[in-house]
Amino acid sequence: MNATIDARGLSCPQPVILVMNRIKEQKNGTIEILVDTDTARENVSRAAGSKGWFVDRIEQDGTGYRIVIVKK
Amino acid sequence: MRMKNVLATRWGVIGVGAVIGILAAALQKLGNPGNMGVCVACFARDIAGALGLHRAETVQYLRPEILGFVLGSFLAALLFREFRPRAGSAPIVRFILGAFAMIGALVFLGCPWRALLRLAGGDLNAVLGIAGLVFGVWVGTLFLKNGYTLGRSQPTSKAAGMIMPLIALGFLLLLFIYPQIQGKGMSGVLFYSMSGPGSMHAPLLVSLAIGLVVGGIAQQSRFCTMGALRDLILFRQTHLLGGVIALVLAAFLANLVFGQFEPGFIGQPVAHSMHFWNFAGMTLAGLAFCLAGGCPGRQLFLSGEGDGDAAVFVIGMVSGAAFAHNFGLASSPSGIGPHGAAAVGIGLVVCLLIGWSMRAKGV
Repeated sequence: MNATIDARGLSCPQPVILVMNRIKEQKNGTIEILVDTDTARENVSRAAGSKGWFVDRIEQDGTGYRIVIVKK
Repeated sequence: MRMKNVLATRWGVIGVGAVIGILAAALQKLGNPGNMGVCVACFARDIAGALGLHRAETVQYLRPEILGFVLGSFLAALLFREFRPRAGSAPIVRFILGAFAMIGALVFLGCPWRALLRLAGGDLNAVLGIAGLVFGVWVGTLFLKNGYTLGRSQPTSKAAGMIMPLIALGFLLLLFIYPQIQGKGMSGVLFYSMSGPGSMHAPLLVSLAIGLVVGGIAQQSRFCTMGALRDLILFRQTHLLGGVIALVLAAFLANLVFGQFEPGFIGQPVAHSMHFWNFAGMTLAGLAFCLAGGCPGRQLFLSGEGDGDAAVFVIGMVSGAAFAHNFGLASSPSGIGPHGAAAVGIGLVVCLLIGWSMRAKGV
């Protein structure tokens, strides 16, 4: 696990900005993102996909989700 | 794992935009004011009037579409297990953003949805408003890039998340208890317009049904006009933009079918041709929406799915509408109000200060 981003409770588009900023620094590996809404889950997954990252899994985490994205 | 949310796909958002465009044009055909099938700003203003929060007699009607948006979103969120009560992200800042967003929108005479509907109806003044909206959102993205944030919301109780849906339900009951009486400006506690835009409306049940449908599909698709522009500017993403373009095209085609398309600048319904102020009003609105994280429609849908901060923004919008008419800030077809220019200036200064001062500190 290379990084964890806690985007819970943040308004649009901050979860995506946090992930995009991390992707710029980290060219590959694994990133784990915590979000608390379905909108953030979809937005983060879509943004990661657009940058060539693969959504490895999405798990229920409390009232939100834990998204794990991977790039080889 | 939950089933796939079809409406949140690219084609889902496009479909939702098209449905909203067609239903909005149909609402105009059925009685809503010109190029105002659905306008969150105008309708929140009409609601403020119906409740007596301002006394502009031509804009008083407790618009069922808005109540339907909140309730439709609430029902969809419950149905798909997305109802998440949350609150506590700088509520007073969101209230102020809502108020100034509304004041800016009422200088232009329309929210982003109505800007699109005005364009689809041939009102070329909307081009200036949309340009202002894009500019305001662009300014907002500069703050977002520099770490602007209103901070985190926290999960809260179910009861807190249900306050906005319950307010909508309560107002809906008032509408049935005190229905409009022909030729009277009041019914029980509610004010009604006898002339002007507030007197023009589709049948109550039709408006409510369309509001519920739009609320449900918009909640599921995350449809957001401001977000469409913001994501294009920030991330070069066109996901939400597809919905916005579909709304304009569908409303345009529906207007052609209904004979509602009349291109030009002059004599457009509930519009003025002061180009600079159309631009500046929507610049203020666009900036405020961007700083608050959603267009006015989206804020209503978020408030329906339990977002207490979005609910505060909505209350801010209604309050802003009341000030806009009480203080002579709102425009009319003859041009901007006596203090509209000052309000836009103050609003821009306030929003810029909010953008500068609200930065991430160990968020």
